[in-house]
Amino acid sequence: MTAAVEISDVTKRFGDVVAVDNIDLTIADGEFFAMLGPSGCGKTTTLRMIAGLDFPTEGSLKIFGDEVGTLPPNKRPVNTVFQNYALFPHMSVLDNVSFGLRMQKVDKATAAARAKESIELVQLGGYEKRRPNQLSGGQQQRVALARALVNEPKVLLLDEPLGALDLKLRQEMQGELKSLQRDLGVSFVFVTHDQEEALTMSDRIAVMNEGKLLQVGSPEEIYERPANRFVADFIGQTNLIEGTVADETTIVLTNGARVAAPSDHAAGTAVALSLRPERATLTPAGAVEAADGRTSVDGVIAGVTYLGNALVYDVALDWMTIEVREENRPAGDRPSPGDRVAVSWTTSDASVVV
Amino acid sequence: MTALATPEFEAANEKQKRRRGLLLALPSYLYLIVFFAFPLLIVVLYSFATRNRFGGTDLSGWNLDSYARLGEPIVRTILFRSLGLAILTTLICLLLAYPFAYFLATRGSTIRNVMLVFVMIPFWSNFLVRNYAWRVLLGNDGPFSQLTEFLGFGETRVLFTPTAVVIGLVYGFLPFMILPLYAAIERIDGRVLEASRDLYANGWQTFRHVLWPLSRSGVIAGSILVFVPSLGAYVTPEILGGAKTTLLGSYIVSQFLEARNWPAGAAVSFVLMTVMLGATLVYFRSGGRNL
Repeated sequence: MTAAVEISDVTKRFGDVVAVDNIDLTIADGEFFAMLGPSGCGKTTTLRMIAGLDFPTEGSLKIFGDEVGTLPPNKRPVNTVFQNYALFPHMSVLDNVSFGLRMQKVDKATAAARAKESIELVQLGGYEKRRPNQLSGGQQQRVALARALVNEPKVLLLDEPLGALDLKLRQEMQGELKSLQRDLGVSFVFVTHDQEEALTMSDRIAVMNEGKLLQVGSPEEIYERPANRFVADFIGQTNLIEGTVADETTIVLTNGARVAAPSDHAAGTAVALSLRPERATLTPAGAVEAADGRTSVDGVIAGVTYLGNALVYDVALDWMTIEVREENRPAGDRPSPGDRVAVSWTTSDASVVV
Repeated sequence: MTALATPEFEAANEKQKRRRGLLLALPSYLYLIVFFAFPLLIVVLYSFATRNRFGGTDLSGWNLDSYARLGEPIVRTILFRSLGLAILTTLICLLLAYPFAYFLATRGSTIRNVMLVFVMIPFWSNFLVRNYAWRVLLGNDGPFSQLTEFLGFGETRVLFTPTAVVIGLVYGFLPFMILPLYAAIERIDGRVLEASRDLYANGWQTFRHVLWPLSRSGVIAGSILVFVPSLGAYVTPEILGGAKTTLLGSYIVSQFLEARNWPAGAAVSFVLMTVMLGATLVYFRSGGRNL
């Protein structure tokens, strides 16, 4: 099967600034693909290169097998949902949505009929005559979606489409986007800086930073087996416990403790053990037997943060503080600041990152 | 006792605010009444009066004779000539200014500010002087003529023709077209243009369906700012136009100073003003706010 988008050795420079640094990326047909990273990481530039709004300085960019490197946007079988929507303020909803068809010289009646269908699809029936400024943010978002989808693009590009919506609406739209994508079977390439959004919606995620592609994988792969410190830290919360590789199965932590952690790095490599707060277990000091295959370190509760459904404990070890997250439990049953505790985990709970 | 914002207090507060606002505006109101509204009223009154045999004006026997004169062939010719030249000037200004304003609006702030200063520089020297400069440039032995001769088109006799007037007017009023256009284009969200390209519009379609309609307020504002002064222009046609191309401005002056027919001059002035006012109203009705 031909890939929907194939990016090979693509670099984009703006003057001296390298926005995208030699990335390789393949997006499959029908995939919900997220590009995730902090602002300025090159994810939007990558999306714009697929759209044809920017052109690669080097490398090859193919859409369904066709090289599109410097093809203008109007000659590509992709459409974009822009950040803040970029609706045409001087046109009605209907005219906005039928714009792409009219520009392709589809006859007026057909264009209007298809636009109406598309407007129904995003549940905005009855709003055809409104102007964008008469719509709420969520409704504008739907118009932007309809305006792109009406053209039946082979790939739909979405640039932070939910960024301007409030939390409740954003979660609602996440679900709708996901089911829309499943129904249409079209690849969605989705740019976001919100890791939670990326995790819940995508089939695969590409994590970028400073123009470089750091890791591509399923949400679970990215979360459970981050490729490096940046990915581990950027996706969700994590404790990075510094250490050095001793052999294939052991690393030595800063305080000299030897803990079981399989890795394929050479002995002596400086690494960190990424331990998710919710994967660590808290027990009263001395209660854990080393024999049950768990690694354990001792510490003192330094603080407790109440999150409603969960509690986050700051546990002071001899050389650093780590976070442990547990489900909420009755007040009398919680460790409190000053208590001596043991933090433990199994080898599969933690991963070694460089 | 605690102070509360009772309805009475709110009302008194509102009233005081209004009174303060009026007080602040009073000086400019007074100025406009004394130096604008009142003279305007006199002009209107005179346009209904009668010229007497000695070139004076009798403020009695009100009539519409001066307005009837507007139908006379000579006046009509001048009126249409002025309208034609003003429209031509406006169109040429629009054609020249639009690409420039777009260029300006899409540059970085440094280039933009430098270019804007260049646009304004002509205002720093006297309008009359600049018009005389054109007289030199366009003169029969001037640089323009020498250039065309050098290029093999023969010498050009542009000075004292309507062409010279249009060149002068375009030169004089171009900044008034550039600035509102620039302001309007600069306000457009660049992503809207990208969205248009993304939705299969080519460059021309994007201009036609997105850029142009979104910059319309600037087009109308600039057109009024060029059209209105072009229609009543006096200095440029006098200096560059010669005797055969009398325009409205010169006609009004001649009615007042040479023919000593103040009512006729006043009537033409009033009609001209009404046309300009009408144009401005059209602009505001179309929702413009760049003026």
